[in-house]
Amino acid sequence: MAGTFLDSTELVLNMGPQHPSTHGVLRVIVKLDGERVNGTECVIGYLHRGVEKIGENRTYTMFAPYVDRMDYVAAISNGLGYCLAVEKLLNVEATPRAQAIRVVLTELNRIASHLLWLGTHALDIGAITPLFYCMREREYTLNIFEKYCGARLTTHAFRIGGLQYETYDGFEKEVEEFCDLFLPKVDEYEELLTGNRIWRERLIGVGILNEADCKAYGVTGPMLRAAGCAWDIRKALPYSGYEKYDFEVPIRQNGDTYDRYMVRMAEMRQSVRIIRQAVAAIPEGPIMAKVPKIIKPPVGEAYVSVEAPKGELGYYILSDGTTQPYRLRVRPPSFVNLQSLDKMAKGSLVADLVAIIGTIDIVLGEVDR
Amino acid sequence: MTKLLRTIFLVDLFQGLWVTFRTQHPKNIVTEQYPEHRPKIAERYRGAPRLNINPENGQTLCISCDLCAVACPENLIIVGWVRNPETKRKDLVTFTYDTSRCMFCGLCEDACPVDALELTQDFELASYSREGAIFDRQILEEGIKPTKYRF
Ligand code: SF4
Ligand code: SF4
Repeated sequence: MAGTFLDSTELVLNMGPQHPSTHGVLRVIVKLDGERVNGTECVIGYLHRGVEKIGENRTYTMFAPYVDRMDYVAAISNGLGYCLAVEKLLNVEATPRAQAIRVVLTELNRIASHLLWLGTHALDIGAITPLFYCMREREYTLNIFEKYCGARLTTHAFRIGGLQYETYDGFEKEVEEFCDLFLPKVDEYEELLTGNRIWRERLIGVGILNEADCKAYGVTGPMLRAAGCAWDIRKALPYSGYEKYDFEVPIRQNGDTYDRYMVRMAEMRQSVRIIRQAVAAIPEGPIMAKVPKIIKPPVGEAYVSVEAPKGELGYYILSDGTTQPYRLRVRPPSFVNLQSLDKMAKGSLVADLVAIIGTIDIVLGEVDR
Repeated sequence: MTKLLRTIFLVDLFQGLWVTFRTQHPKNIVTEQYPEHRPKIAERYRGAPRLNINPENGQTLCISCDLCAVACPENLIIVGWVRNPETKRKDLVTFTYDTSRCMFCGLCEDACPVDALELTQDFELASYSREGAIFDRQILEEGIKPTKYRF
């Protein structure tokens, strides 16, 4: 960096772990030259609970509630990934009805996750109002989860082989009502933010991460799509019947914070589209495939990745033929995406750092596991 | 030029404020007034545990099979029983449920073969001490009684 007016030395500053804009307990050591960020270093692990190790000491059924506690904002996506991985090990497939309901709930959860991201991201940048509106709409999805499975956040909605709960009366109607209600609300957020001059000036050209860098860092999800790469696991490696639904993968070209915002907004609309198709065609039939009571997969390994709201969420399970996994590894999207912080933040201003952390959409429960 | 005019007349600001203004109508207020108006909890809500008793004779439904304790990932249920020499059945003596470690996943509820253990719609689980979070058989059968405050 260029020399400053008063040839000052580099200032090293701690941001977090209690900083409100670090979305949890992330500690970022920032090297500053005046207002310029010369480099960042993330210190993580404050929320480490050893989820992978817990997995090795629990039976397959017992471990399912724990995965909800990694990315607690999108617990259903986590549960889906885990159930799919164990189902792959067992070589069973969920019934068509279970798959359709899974898709509905997962997409609702994607909307809930993006809404929380939008609210907090806007709050970081200084727009307080969207947070209240986002929370208002998120409430509808959480109410649907509560009515469906009895919990709002850490839902434990899916079981290995299908679902535990049948849909409640009026589930389809309620979901459709939410879809109708939600689309105008997205326009409302856009009305508040997209054209807003402050919003645009705070976001455009901030935290650029181009496609090559995204791939080098292994960054996935909306961040990769904002850089112009149409990679979405739902399209590329369809699971749980996603190939049946007609939707687009929104992409943008610049890979800056504004584009990531636009991609996520478009994704919410696409999610509504998927939900509409899925909920209109939930087939009849059983919700649970034939799975033995005691789950004892054959010796082998399985890797399944799903498109979680934050990116590619992968589960690798190594089975030694007992009731407990021999090794369970999670590829959390937030953890991998967080690596790119340094690259994006170098040379930006301190105020932009907050926007950049927000745009990665991290959940520390998932980063630290 | 248009940009300048927009800046001078604060068009963006009023556009944003218009959205805010639209939600000012009392009909659109969504905040819940919690202690005064208790929210409607879904039927399937997984809240405070309850050990169901047979309404006819007041005896517990639990058959002391220990399945809930086995199913629990946190290993927090302890079922105490003695074998009744006359009926050759197990009689439930104590039942301890440590809600401080419970994650309300519902696996114990699913495992119970006679629907004796149930997670109910009560959600006010706060207690003043850690011991207060450990439920014994009496609390489980009678249900939690949160302190009612008047404002
Ligand atoms: S709800 Fe889950 S954690 Fe709590 S006692 Fe039941 S099985 Fe254990
Ligand atoms: S599973 Fe049900 S019947 Fe068996 S010990 Fe637990 S509460 Fe009692």
